Amino acid sequence: MSYSTAIVVGASSGIGENLVCQLAESGCKVAAVARRKELLDALVAEFPGKVLAYPHDVTNFDEVPKLFAKITQELGGLDLIIYAAGVMPAVAETEFNFEKDREMVDVNVLGAIAWLNQAATRFENTQSGTIVGIGSVAGDRGRQGQPVYNTTKAALATYMEALRNRLAKKGVKVVTIKPGPTETPMTANLKGKMMKADTAAKLILEKSNKTGEHYLKPVHWLIFLIIRNIPSPVFRKLKV
Amino acid sequence: MSATIISPERMTRLTGFGMLSAGDGYLFRPISVEDVQDVIRAASDAGFKITQRGSGRSYGDANVGHETVILDMTRMKRILHWDRHTGVLECEAGATIETLWRFAIEEGYWPPVVSGTMYPTLGGALAMNIHGKNNFCQGTLGEHVLEIEVVDAQGAVFNLTPKDELFYAVISGAGLMGVVTKVKLQMKKIHSGDLKVFARSIPNLEAQFEAFEQFEHEADYMVSWIDCFPGGKQTGRGLFHAAWYADGPISTLRPEHQDLPDTVLGLLPKSVVWRALKIFSTRFGMRSINTAKFYASKYLGNEATHTQSLVAFSFLLDYVPNWRWAYKPCGFIQYQSFVPKEHAPLVFQKQLELQQAAEIESYLGVMKRHRPDKFLLSHAVDGYSLALDFKVTEDTKQKVWDLAHRMNDIVLDAGGRFYLAKDSTLRPSDVKRYLGENALRKFAKFRDEMDPNKIFTSSLAERTGLADPQSLLANS
Repeated sequence: MSYSTAIVVGASSGIGENLVCQLAESGCKVAAVARRKELLDALVAEFPGKVLAYPHDVTNFDEVPKLFAKITQELGGLDLIIYAAGVMPAVAETEFNFEKDREMVDVNVLGAIAWLNQAATRFENTQSGTIVGIGSVAGDRGRQGQPVYNTTKAALATYMEALRNRLAKKGVKVVTIKPGPTETPMTANLKGKMMKADTAAKLILEKSNKTGEHYLKPVHWLIFLIIRNIPSPVFRKLKV
Repeated sequence: MSATIISPERMTRLTGFGMLSAGDGYLFRPISVEDVQDVIRAASDAGFKITQRGSGRSYGDANVGHETVILDMTRMKRILHWDRHTGVLECEAGATIETLWRFAIEEGYWPPVVSGTMYPTLGGALAMNIHGKNNFCQGTLGEHVLEIEVVDAQGAVFNLTPKDELFYAVISGAGLMGVVTKVKLQMKKIHSGDLKVFARSIPNLEAQFEAFEQFEHEADYMVSWIDCFPGGKQTGRGLFHAAWYADGPISTLRPEHQDLPDTVLGLLPKSVVWRALKIFSTRFGMRSINTAKFYASKYLGNEATHTQSLVAFSFLLDYVPNWRWAYKPCGFIQYQSFVPKEHAPLVFQKQLELQQAAEIESYLGVMKRHRPDKFLLSHAVDGYSLALDFKVTEDTKQKVWDLAHRMNDIVLDAGGRFYLAKDSTLRPSDVKRYLGENALRKFAKFRDEMDPNKIFTSSLAERTGLADPQSLLANS
């Protein structure tokens, strides 16, 4: 899929960073949005003229309308927006920490809504464009280990589905991606076999062409089909 | 008007009439001069440029802008003053040619110059300084304007008349000098709503020029259709029309006498005709239609005069609503060049041969006679124009553009010019060459005065370099 102009929110590391690189390599002009300016500057230096840096904290919701208009003006249009920002602080098994929970809701859900509402309004009017939200397989069930992270990813998936239902008849593609465990700074404290971030980014761009909800691997689709259908009384006894 | 917020709610995608150029912009539709000033202020404050748009009838990208504010003037369409004794009409610039003729015809007045469609706004028509089938004797629309009201990029409002040099830059200036908000126009006195129309079947290009020369001192209107498919001795064959204003009866001055029929050929409802045309929108289909039209004109009504209403003769393009959709899913360009009379026969011959050799023949060819005018970005010459409609698909786009660039070179070598209302393919070097350095220097000077921060723009202006004429002059 070839795009001319794109915004990647959450672009400084992990999947977002790889998305920026791959889009820029394909010739797309990319606005990289993230908090850490020095990391964005490195991307700009790597892809001069192709990557534009916009330092921004996604929890500063009020900044979004003006910044969105500025970015689309400076890009000269907008074909694609990807919301890849996300946080998953380590949470102990018995921990209930509102500060951590609120940060996840702010970044993973409200930030997405603030940015993607802007894109949805624009694309609805221009009857074009692609919106991609990076969800997670973690949103498929409420699990013991990450109650609020699961909640935010479930909320994002539901929001994306609603956008899809609103915008499908307007010619706008709305794509939810549910990666499995991926090697990123966010998952540095997790164990187990994970997908490389560049591989995930490549698959996301491939799947961005098809409106709908996508897992990155067929095996993930099968496993989570099963997991979603495990009855709650059984699920709560499982160590997952 | 709430023009202070540049928000995605205002975002819209607009295309040029040929459907190939598209741009997303923030749409504002002012209803007053104060609204226009508000929009200019809001755009300036937010660091946005402004693209002006009327009815969107320019074929290429003159009415399209990328990530700009779109100033759509179609709501400013009131008739402000009418003098039935002198035929002087004052209106807002969003009024269309249709508004004008419907308003004035019952009192025996007709717009002095009209395009092939009645839908352009007056503001758009003056930005492009349109011509009609009477260009050879009546000049361009701008030559009939008595006064205009203009808002510049600082929001200042002032009036211009033909005594002002700037008048000749704003009219023809492609919307880059300011916003024309009011127009005072001298309408043409007529005594009938009908024309006497003479038709002649034309066997080749040489005969086309002979027909124009024969009638140029007596006709009120002249136009010729060209079948662009046949080569050899039949290159340039077609159907020539000359027309004269008729006398009476007075009932022909009623708008209902002018209304176009609801069906085509008395059979097909107009609304479905574009679908029928789409079936024929192939080389074979269009070759067949052109051939059928040629032979029909050869054996029916040849060398005869008939009566036709002004609307029916003038607005041929409005017979079939949405006819351009026949070119979907992509679109089309109209390539029109204006060539001095001494070179036109050879240039048009070469153009017709080139498009045949490239196997992308124009589906419709139209030839007209012109005279020069003193507007700054004028397209007219003492000569002829040939307009060619080329269907464009994803596969043929490069080929069409290559063809256009080759034809541009031939036109420029012959001292020819181009018409921004139609253009899709001109390069900055072409524009510099056909306008000449003197005209460009003047244009740059006026632009600096009217719009020093270069707020007014369009995709056409950016593509051709007219958005920044100083840079265009500096780059050789």
